[in-house]
Parts: sequence; C-alpha cells; structure tokens
Amino acid sequence: MGAPALAAAPGRRRNYARRYWWFVVPAGVVVLSVILFPWAFTLFMSAHDWKIGGGHHFVGLDNYRKLLTDERFHWAMLRTLYFTALAVILPMILGVAGALVFNRKFPLRGLARTIFILPMMATPVAVALVWTMMFHPQLGVLNWLLTWFGLPPSMWIYDPATVIPTLVMVEVWHWTPLVMLIVLGGLASLPQDPYEAAKIDGASALQAFWHITLPLLAPFIVVALIIRTIDALKAFDTIYVITQGGPGTSSETINIFLYLQGFAYYNMGYASAVVVVFFLLIVALASLLLWTRRRVKA
Amino acid sequence: MMRLLEKLGFALAVLFLVSPAILVFLWMLSLSMKTELDNTAFPPVFIPNPPVWDNFIEVFSRNDFLKYTWNSILVSFSATGLAILIGVPAGYGIAKMQATRAAMLILIARITPGLSYLIPLFLLFQWLGLTGTLTPIVITHLVITVPIVVWVMIGFFEGLPAELEEAALVDGATIWQAFRHVALPLAMPGITVAVILSFIFSWNNFIFAMVLAGRETRTLPVAVNNMLTFEQISWGPLAAAALLVTLPVLLLTLLAQKQIIAGLTAGGVKGG
Repeated sequence: MGAPALAAAPGRRRNYARRYWWFVVPAGVVVLSVILFPWAFTLFMSAHDWKIGGGHHFVGLDNYRKLLTDERFHWAMLRTLYFTALAVILPMILGVAGALVFNRKFPLRGLARTIFILPMMATPVAVALVWTMMFHPQLGVLNWLLTWFGLPPSMWIYDPATVIPTLVMVEVWHWTPLVMLIVLGGLASLPQDPYEAAKIDGASALQAFWHITLPLLAPFIVVALIIRTIDALKAFDTIYVITQGGPGTSSETINIFLYLQGFAYYNMGYASAVVVVFFLLIVALASLLLWTRRRVKA
Repeated sequence: MMRLLEKLGFALAVLFLVSPAILVFLWMLSLSMKTELDNTAFPPVFIPNPPVWDNFIEVFSRNDFLKYTWNSILVSFSATGLAILIGVPAGYGIAKMQATRAAMLILIARITPGLSYLIPLFLLFQWLGLTGTLTPIVITHLVITVPIVVWVMIGFFEGLPAELEEAALVDGATIWQAFRHVALPLAMPGITVAVILSFIFSWNNFIFAMVLAGRETRTLPVAVNNMLTFEQISWGPLAAAALLVTLPVLLLTLLAQKQIIAGLTAGGVKGG
C-alpha cells in the first residue's frame, strides 16, 4: 500500500459509483410504474371527459375551468385549510410540550412514551370506529364526560358547526405523537454547553428555554411542521370512516371530494384535475415551509 | 415543598399526555367485552361485569372475518417482503452514490396523497383484468412500503463505516459481494426497523383496498369499515372487530418500541 494505491483510488471509486446504479434499478422500475406513471397518466386524464363505462374524449382545460366555478370544490378547499390550520397548530403545541416532558428522566418513562405513541401506530379505521361510538349524542361516553364536568352535551359529528373541530380532535389524538418524536429526537441532539453557560450567568429555566432551547430546536420544529402540514392536508381515513363528508357536505375536505368524484360518481377526468390542483396546493405549502426552514437555519 | 409541588405538576403533565391514549384503548376493550345491554346503558358501564366473549365469537362467526384476516396477512407480508427485496439494495445504492435527487423522489412519494395514485391505477388494473385478485392491492401497497424501506435504509447505510467494504473491494470482491457479505449483515438492525414500519403501515392501510378490493379480496380495515356502514351491527361486535384488527400492530409497537422510535425519529415516515 503506497503511492500507486492512493493514485488509483479516485478513478476506481468513480467507476464503482456508476456501477451502484444497478442496486437502484429494481426500485426505480417500481417507482416509475406505480408512482411516476400514475402522475403522467393523471395529467393526461385531467384533459379529458373520462367516465368509467362511458368512454372519454379530449376537453382541454375544461375540467380546470369547471373547478374554478364549482362551489362545492371551493368549500372543500376552505374546509381543508380550516381543518389543516387546527390540525397543525394543536399537535405542534402539544407535541413540543410532550417532547419537553419525555426528554426529562422519570420513573416508567419508557412505558409512558410507548403508550403515548400507540395512537399513531394503531389502525386508523379501528380507532375511527371507537371514536364514532364515543360521539353518539345520547349513549356516547363523551357526552357523559361533558355532563360529569357540568358542561352541556355536544352534537359532535352530527352538527355542521362542530363536525370539523371534532374531527380535528381525532387527528390531534392520532398524530401528536409523530410531532413529539421528531422534536424529541432534536432535543436529544442539543449540546449541553450553552445551558451550563446560562446557569453560570444566572438565567432562569424559562429564559434558558426561550433563548437556548427554542432557537436550537427550530430546525426540528420546522421539519415536524412540514410533515404535519402535509399529513393534515392528506387526512382521509378517519374523516371518511367517521363522517364520509357529512352531515351534508359539512366535513367534505378536498380528499373526500376527490374520492367521491372519482369512485362514487366515476368522473375520472374531473377527479384527475382535482388531484393536480390538490398536489399543487400541497407542494406550495410544503415549499413555503421549506423556505421558512432555510431562513430559520440561516 | 417547592420541589414536591414541581414533581406533582410534572406527574400531572405526564398523566395529561398519556390519558387520551389510555382512555380510548381501554374504552375499546370495555365495549368489546360487555353485553349489548351494558354497552347502550346511560350513564355508561365502564368495567364489564362479568366480562363476556360473545362479541368476539360473533365477529368470527359473522361474515368472512377469517378470510379477511388471511387477506390482510398475505397483502402486508408480500408488500413488505417485496419492498425489502428491492428497497434495501436501492437504499444502499443511493447512499453509496450520494444520489440526493433519487432521495428527493422518495420524498415526493411521501408527499403525494394515496388517493391520487388510485385513479390511474384503478383503470390500469381494469384493463389488465386484475381486479378481483389480491395482486393490485399488493402492488399499490408498494407505494407505501418501498419509500419507507428505501428511506430508512439510506439513513442506515449512510451511518455505516465504509472501511470494511472498501477492504473487501481491495481484496478483489465485486461490489455485489461487498454488499451481500459485508454491508448486509451489518445492516440487519436497519432492516428490522424497515420491516416493522413497512408492515405496520401496510397493515393499517385502508384506502387502497377500499377502492380496489372486491367481496373476496377485502383486507381487515375495509371489512371492519363495511361492518359500520353497511351491516349495522351492534357496538360490542364492532368494538371487538376493531380491537382484533389493531391488536397485532399495538403488540408489535409494544415489543419493538425502540426500533419503531428510532425509525420514525430519523425519517418521520408514515404511510398513505
């Protein structure tokens, strides 16, 4: 092992790098056929009037024009943004608080943490069924709880005014653990030196949190924020099982609207246009958050 | 005194955080083990007295619950197995080449709503005459499992020291041999994480099977949802069915919490 080996190394490594493509090829084929092909085909379909069993013909941008005037779609958009705002802010607050708690050592911490993350691992349909039974206005355990605390009973998912906040509650229960885990991972990686310095300078715990923990944690919080926003926009399973968009259309988010257009009314062309707009909305919000992340890092 | 108050406050905070999870799962358990009379009582009966197994018996005797369980097992195991087979080498390749763009593609799969794949794939499976079999369900589950496996494995292989493989290459091994005999055995903990996460998110998935499955090919989440929407069955059996569906993943979470937490913290992966 002398000079020749060292000289040969770079060229040899580059040669190897190219050959590693073969490792990626099988996965690449799958990604192409089940992820990229659907994308291309969706764009193609969105320019057609495409009904299952009814044939199809080219209509250009008509489906998109229809979206501009479809009030039901506009309401679905607004509802999705309303749901997303609540289903992001609340899990973020609770998730960060949870991470701060689970970052401290206490008896039975492992067990408590496992119980805390159980909701996000549980089958969404199964928990949605239990929540549905709990929301029953007369026999549900939640209204019993409310009256026990001396509060008036609620109609939960059966009243257009409360259905979205109620579904948000399920979403918060379901996905706060993911926020907590990401932030907890961040807390574990924080350096200890600034805290010791702050202690010497006589800073209070609250000051240390505000001026040291929060800024250092910001990149992790933004990652959690991005993931949570995307997931809240995409929420489907629990909403569909619990309300199917009802009562009326009062919990019909874009995803539910999309499902109904595609697989209840079989308007595949129109549904494809919804997919394209929906994806653009997700990408727009995600990039906005990524941009924030870069600013936070800088 | 201050310390004691602080401790008490902290204990309350822990209780506040874990009680929603405990309450919902215990209520599920309680509903599944009570008679219909107790389940519809108001104020509610909390502790089954005596606990009954009738609801579970009814679930198994009613509709094809065992068949749907078998479907779920077949789909989740196939989708996870295939994803490991192609995703582990892919994660290795991407980590070695530092192909950030390929990694970005995986992230895009993570962003896209599951429903959007379904419209074109639904038509494709119709043309291919595959509807009514489990094949389309397994294929669509790859949309969830492959990105999870690749993502977890990229992170894992990037963390492995390269010296051992380089030594093997200098000794004349091919890159495939270096992967197969050096990197792969070291990667077993990462593969475990990938298998667990991909299995859980495939098992939990609802939407793909809901759209693609026929009467014979339903997976458990779809079957349980149908019980609620179409069959109008009472609360006890419904809760029992829900519990049976989610019990495997809850047990897996309890057994493998370390791996699950490691995997989720690293990637923030989630299916669907």
